[in-house]
Amino acid sequence: MSATPILQVNQVTKSFGGIFALNEVSFDLHEGEILGIIGPNGSGKTTLVNCITGFIELTSGEVLFRGKVISGKPAHKIADMGITRTFQIMRPYYSLPAYKNLVIPLFAPRAKRTGGWRGGGKLGDRNTVSIDILEEMGFERESFVPYKMASNLPTGYLKRLELARCLALSPEIIICDEVFSGLSMSEIASMVPLMERLQMEGITLIMIEHRLRELFRVANRIMVLNFGEKLMEGTAEEVMADEKVKEAYFGSEEVEEVMEHA
Amino acid sequence: MDILLEILIYGSIHSITLALMALGFALVYGTSRVPNFAHGALYIVTGFIAWSFLKAMHLNYLLSIVLAIIITGVIGAMIYQFILIRVRGMAISEIIASYAIGLAILEGFRWGGFKGMTYTLPTFIQGSIFIAGVPVDLHRIVVLICGAALVGFLWLFTHFTRIGLALRGMAQDERAALMLGIDSDRMAVVAMVLGSMLAGLAAALLLPLGNIVVETGYNVLILAIAVCIVGGLGSWMGAVLAALLIGFTQILTEVYLGTHFKMVVALLAIIITLILRPSGLFGRQKELEERV
Amino acid sequence: MTANPEQRRKERLDRGIKVRSDGIYALMSWRELCYLVLPRLVLIVGMLILPLVVPIYWQKVVSYVCIYALLTLSFDFLAHFVGLVSLGGAFFIGIGSYLAAILNTSFGLPPLLTIPAATILGAFICTLLLIPCLPLRGVYFAIVTLMYPLLLIRVIEALDIFGGTDGIVGVTSFTNHYFIIIMVLLFLFGLRRLVNQDLGLVLRAVKDNDQAVRASGMSITYYKTIAVFIGSAMGCLGGAYLAHIYMWAGLSSFALDFSILPIAATVIGGAGTLVGPVLGAFILVPLSEWLRDFGTLRIVIYAVILLLFIVIRSEGLMVYSQRKYHQFEKWIKV
Repeated sequence: MSATPILQVNQVTKSFGGIFALNEVSFDLHEGEILGIIGPNGSGKTTLVNCITGFIELTSGEVLFRGKVISGKPAHKIADMGITRTFQIMRPYYSLPAYKNLVIPLFAPRAKRTGGWRGGGKLGDRNTVSIDILEEMGFERESFVPYKMASNLPTGYLKRLELARCLALSPEIIICDEVFSGLSMSEIASMVPLMERLQMEGITLIMIEHRLRELFRVANRIMVLNFGEKLMEGTAEEVMADEKVKEAYFGSEEVEEVMEHA
Repeated sequence: MDILLEILIYGSIHSITLALMALGFALVYGTSRVPNFAHGALYIVTGFIAWSFLKAMHLNYLLSIVLAIIITGVIGAMIYQFILIRVRGMAISEIIASYAIGLAILEGFRWGGFKGMTYTLPTFIQGSIFIAGVPVDLHRIVVLICGAALVGFLWLFTHFTRIGLALRGMAQDERAALMLGIDSDRMAVVAMVLGSMLAGLAAALLLPLGNIVVETGYNVLILAIAVCIVGGLGSWMGAVLAALLIGFTQILTEVYLGTHFKMVVALLAIIITLILRPSGLFGRQKELEERV
Repeated sequence: MTANPEQRRKERLDRGIKVRSDGIYALMSWRELCYLVLPRLVLIVGMLILPLVVPIYWQKVVSYVCIYALLTLSFDFLAHFVGLVSLGGAFFIGIGSYLAAILNTSFGLPPLLTIPAATILGAFICTLLLIPCLPLRGVYFAIVTLMYPLLLIRVIEALDIFGGTDGIVGVTSFTNHYFIIIMVLLFLFGLRRLVNQDLGLVLRAVKDNDQAVRASGMSITYYKTIAVFIGSAMGCLGGAYLAHIYMWAGLSSFALDFSILPIAATVIGGAGTLVGPVLGAFILVPLSEWLRDFGTLRIVIYAVILLLFIVIRSEGLMVYSQRKYHQFEKWIKV
């Protein structure tokens, strides 16, 4: 891993008319790792993603990508730099078939510049390359699945489509906003190797999750947010042993009870 | 010194005029997010109905106006209930439908041959007075007072009555309002009725200053939209402030450059606002989901 | 068991094509080729022979139909493939007309130069004037396009520029029906191609879900600008040609007809099909000529028809026809 963290988040604060969704959150992301971000509902996880990727303006603080300031840049410029994200509320292009959904990111300036994932940024190749990418993501090539309208796909496939959309851009960082939610146990079991494969390809991942057990299997480090503040970061074991984290999830009165029965 | 006073007085009057025209549109858009392109049409409708009652049926003037405004409100409700409600939620269809209604009414009047000097409404008070050497029609003073009173009344209405608060709630966040038990369709109808009646009221106050002409309908629509964009679509205070801004600018250009620059000012105001500050003076910036 | 008498059932004509892969056509015979090509052939041939079979008075109407067809294509493309509702077709026609007239009368350029020049220059000007509202919500585009023609009329009248209320006269005459017919066909088939290719897909994605497009590293404003350029180019082309037919460009180049008829034609013809709106124009424009004596009642009629179609949520003629065409059946032996 190189010396400078690939992503530096410094004292990021976001207030919505006086309510602090994020309060001076700081952390570093190292190249090639998988960082998990966890926290109860409303702790500001999605807001953090929106701030990093430029969909929301920061109230104060800054975000640096490879040492350069990116906070304040428009969302499409940040995506162009290689920081991609999935959406918690899935956003495929419903009126297009699944593989056509990928033609759009392959048409992006970034894909043209970097040659696209698997060389797909050139005119005429995009349809074929989309099917290739989908195959990597688990859409069986010979079946009719890649050709179905995105509006007809079940959730598991839609999540993979979201990831595929990020992948098509040859990203450096993918921020996954709750990719495991809404999936069955077996679907998650098949997603985990996918995330590991992405890491092997050299992509740095941030994963925001509620499904802790599955997350702990893939993530290298975990960070905990609560009420917009960073509680702590560390390995999975350190995080689960921490008192403040337990309190955040269970509430202080419950901690005793849970600890008794754990 | 005289010029300054003249500008001050006529600027204020003109600003209130613009505010009167814009309030109805701002109300409907703010509450139900449907641009009421029939706004100008409803303005003219009130004029013609009041004229019919007055001249053709020889009713009392005040009665004619009140009836005309009520009928316009009813027409607004019908427009929503029969047409707009069926396309609610489909943005493209809503816009097209609203536009078609506005055009149908206005061009219908134009075809019906309602032209000429006969179509006028008398002013409330005849004559004029001199304010520090500047001649002002009494009717215009009435407009000024009534307009200011109306703005104040609307502020009180939307801040202190249940319906007014419900309308504001819907304007801020429709889903949250729904969760609080505010029926969005009923509120939209209420907004439409109030907006139409405001258009009617504006017509009753302003039409006596000229003829009732179809072109005025289009002018009112343009000016109302211009004011609302500059003030921020959906913000009523913004509309009032924008009315002041545009009103005074128009009067200034009229005094120093000539009468024909009024519309140029409106056009430039819109373009400049969209370039510099798209959300307008007081528009609410909704993060992420809606740009402006 | 007794032999069954010969039984028959209905089978869809396009069964062979559709069954092989959903949405991807594979042809197996000349008959299937004909099935696909026939409608398009009918359209092209029909349009090309139109000037030959139509009586003299209605010859001009062919050109009008094509101009409106261009506008309607522009509206359908912008509204249903990019999500931008243009309430001001008159804006494009007016700018195109005035530009062509000015280039012709003040600069002495011949029609063969003014028309392309007015198209491109007009598209630039229209796009520039519309750029401020492109980063904003769709409603703004509708409002601004509605207002521009109305405002421009008043500004031209008030400042008495570009001929003021009289307009610009003395424009060279140029009435070549085939020119405009070919333009319409080019744009029609061109757009149909475009919306299924990469750029067109991006535009459709912008309509569907622009946040996802932003997250893919593309600037929505840029793509909307491209779409508006294409749309306004079509309108300006029509306007430039119109100036040469009328030999005049004036305030009525911004007439409301040009704004509302494309919308009505799109809704009647079938939104989102590109062909449907053209058909809609073919229906409404002759109707409009026929109703010429009724003055502005025409606009009321378009508006009412439009409202009717919208309120009953009709899918439009073309969509209906396509559906039925795909459902044609023939008898086969079981």
